[in-house]
Amino acid sequence: MTNNRAILYEHFSDVEQQRETSTTGIWVFVASEIMFFGALILAFSVYRFSYARAFSEGAQELNAVLGAVNTAVLFTSGLTMSLAAATNKMGAKFPTILLLLVSAILGAVFLAIKGFEYHEDWTKGLFPGEGFHWGGANSPQVQLFFILYFIMTGFHALHLLVGIGLILVIAWLVLRGWIHEEHFMPLEVAGIYWHFVDLVWIFLFTLLYLLGGKV
Amino acid sequence: MKGKNEAVQAVWTYVALLVLLVISVGLRVFHLGIVESILLLVIAGIEAVAVLLFFMRVKASSRLIWLFAGGGFLWLGILLVFVISDYVSRSWWR
Repeated sequence: MTNNRAILYEHFSDVEQQRETSTTGIWVFVASEIMFFGALILAFSVYRFSYARAFSEGAQELNAVLGAVNTAVLFTSGLTMSLAAATNKMGAKFPTILLLLVSAILGAVFLAIKGFEYHEDWTKGLFPGEGFHWGGANSPQVQLFFILYFIMTGFHALHLLVGIGLILVIAWLVLRGWIHEEHFMPLEVAGIYWHFVDLVWIFLFTLLYLLGGKV
Repeated sequence: MKGKNEAVQAVWTYVALLVLLVISVGLRVFHLGIVESILLLVIAGIEAVAVLLFFMRVKASSRLIWLFAGGGFLWLGILLVFVISDYVSRSWWR
């Protein structure tokens, strides 16, 4: 594959149409993901209204400092992903690979911090199920908070894990010369997915960590 | 150069996101009650729009992409508004 021309698949009339189709495809997927996470956020909001005090008490157990650090980590990975897309268009192969690897590492750092938080919750007896232990009142409602907390953050972490794999594959394809300055759509599409994971976290951080502790 | 402009835009978006993050975390110090909750949601909204427009490059995309991006949020908005208005306007669930 030569690096000085775009790859045009036979069912497209031109490169521009092919790029537009890729972008539309990922946005259809993102729209379905908006509905997926939106339904979880809706469920959380309804129970937040219903059991305000219990949810507030549950949220106060979360580590807001680690939540804020993780938000900064994800924003930084968003920057490096955007810069990777930009350097790829400039034809800078190795800076692109480096930026992609930094994005993946930052994703892994996020997961490590999240894992530390989960461990903290587990040792405090806050993981829902038989081992759940809550000394105060409203134990079933507080447990419901933690059920929603673990489902929402767990699915987010799963999306991040998929994103890390996707970035590593893209970095490999850049290294092999399959993705380059004329054939950049796979990198752009992976970037849109990665930024969507950032977007979801903005709302999870605000609802669970920042707003959660209020009655 | 197209790539260079994209890089500059990404850096500015990142700086804005970090500033908004610091503001949202800093708001906890002031204990503003309901005002704080509203401000936090507004800040989250601004951060989300910044990510959508500049990181996800919706601003530079065609109208078709605007339609798909807007469509997802439109249907989510309908879901949220109808369900939450039902819950807050009735007493049967209390």
